[in-house]
Amino acid sequence: METKKIPLNDLHEKLGGKMTPFAGYNMPVRYSSDKEEHLTVRDSVGVFDVSHMGEFMLRGPHALDLIQWVTSNDASKIVDGQAQYSCLPNDKGGIVDDLLIYRMSDEEYMLVVNASNIEKDWNWIKSQDKWDVEMEDISDDIVLLAVQGPKAVETLQKLTEVNLSEVKFYRFVQDKLAGKEMIISATGYTGSGGFELYINKNDAEEVWNKIFEAGEEFGIKPIGLGARDTLRLEKGFCLYGNDITDETSPLEAGLGWVTKFTKEFVNSENLKAQKEAGVTRKLVGFEMIDRGIPRNDYELADADGNIIGNVTSGTMAPSLNVGIGMGYVTKEHSAPDTEIYVQVRNKSLKAKVVKPPFLK
Amino acid sequence: MNIPSDLQYTKDHEWVKIDGDVATVGVTDFAQGELGDIVYVEIETEGESLDTGEVFGTVEAVKTVSDLFMPLSGEVIEINEALESNPEVVNSDPYGDGWMIKIKISDKGDHLISAEEYKAEVGG
Repeated sequence: METKKIPLNDLHEKLGGKMTPFAGYNMPVRYSSDKEEHLTVRDSVGVFDVSHMGEFMLRGPHALDLIQWVTSNDASKIVDGQAQYSCLPNDKGGIVDDLLIYRMSDEEYMLVVNASNIEKDWNWIKSQDKWDVEMEDISDDIVLLAVQGPKAVETLQKLTEVNLSEVKFYRFVQDKLAGKEMIISATGYTGSGGFELYINKNDAEEVWNKIFEAGEEFGIKPIGLGARDTLRLEKGFCLYGNDITDETSPLEAGLGWVTKFTKEFVNSENLKAQKEAGVTRKLVGFEMIDRGIPRNDYELADADGNIIGNVTSGTMAPSLNVGIGMGYVTKEHSAPDTEIYVQVRNKSLKAKVVKPPFLK
Repeated sequence: MNIPSDLQYTKDHEWVKIDGDVATVGVTDFAQGELGDIVYVEIETEGESLDTGEVFGTVEAVKTVSDLFMPLSGEVIEINEALESNPEVVNSDPYGDGWMIKIKISDKGDHLISAEEYKAEVGG
């Protein structure tokens, strides 16, 4: 597959971004240092270009019917100007993707999906559409900037008349910022607060520059995907492709809170049966006791050396300075404080199960 | 990119400084830049005799893990203990305080390339 360029590619190169193919796009993985970028978001404010993400518009009187059928959360609960985290379950017990659903009006919704799954999700949703809902893929027209960190609101407030402190978590407005119409959404993947801005690609460079002027006094920095991963992992947020996949059940993944059996949806009967019977493995967080760093695909063992699961995400946590990870283990080993052993190269290193977030 | 002309290199992005029958080994400036923030250097082969190309340790960055290979054959006679508590020195001073091991050379082999050749290798 050809690697696509995001609209602000040249700007990122000019800023010293190390561009690496990711999910079919050339993406800035790092500008200076993963750790420094990570801590900038935790302590002040940073900006991610996550334009590789996909956006689908669903419109018409049956848009909600289709959304209710393909997603596991109850989208009838959200109101205009509200977003919701949800899953697309497949019909085999796994997950097609995780996503955000934005309600613009009762007949207009935006679905935000993972870059690696844009085509798969589109085809899947189409295949499930009994209502002939109008769907439009606007992914290539949108630049998505995540402005994240404790100084994000102060930075962006200089650029808009919208009172940003009144836009609550998982709410959004369609209004002007830096003189441009956009979606200003109080969402993010860092756990440090801030906004995500869905911008017309033709306005994006100007908006980027104004955000950096506004954030200069706070030491605003561009942040790469490397830090995005460590930031989300410290907060225990799942990453599709690692922690959740076509093979993992939302219930095993701890996504019961977005799996609502008050409605029918793809595979809901089987998932309901799984919930009643209880899952046999669970996604847990764990922290290293011995010195070492867990990585995706390392095996997890019990004290006797029996393999009980595997690591799905792992890193040295920059804010905590300890190795942390997430992985699937058998249910008997999933309780907090259970000692488990990460198989790192030729060694078995002790860790303990902890309930995420790792960084409180 | 810093590629000192008085050192020898390998295609695995390590540098070697030979002083009599002892070689000091580390990773290059290019390597530390590609790896990103180094958070752990694990070397447990002190006292072992290893052949060219064998793994003598592992370097872990925030996002990646990379094996360290013997640039020549010999006995690992010393490891840089300072990296235990300050692995980030590999980023800040890869050719100096960030050195990793010293080897008593038994066979120099044919893995080593000059600074010029290494520069061409990394597109410098």
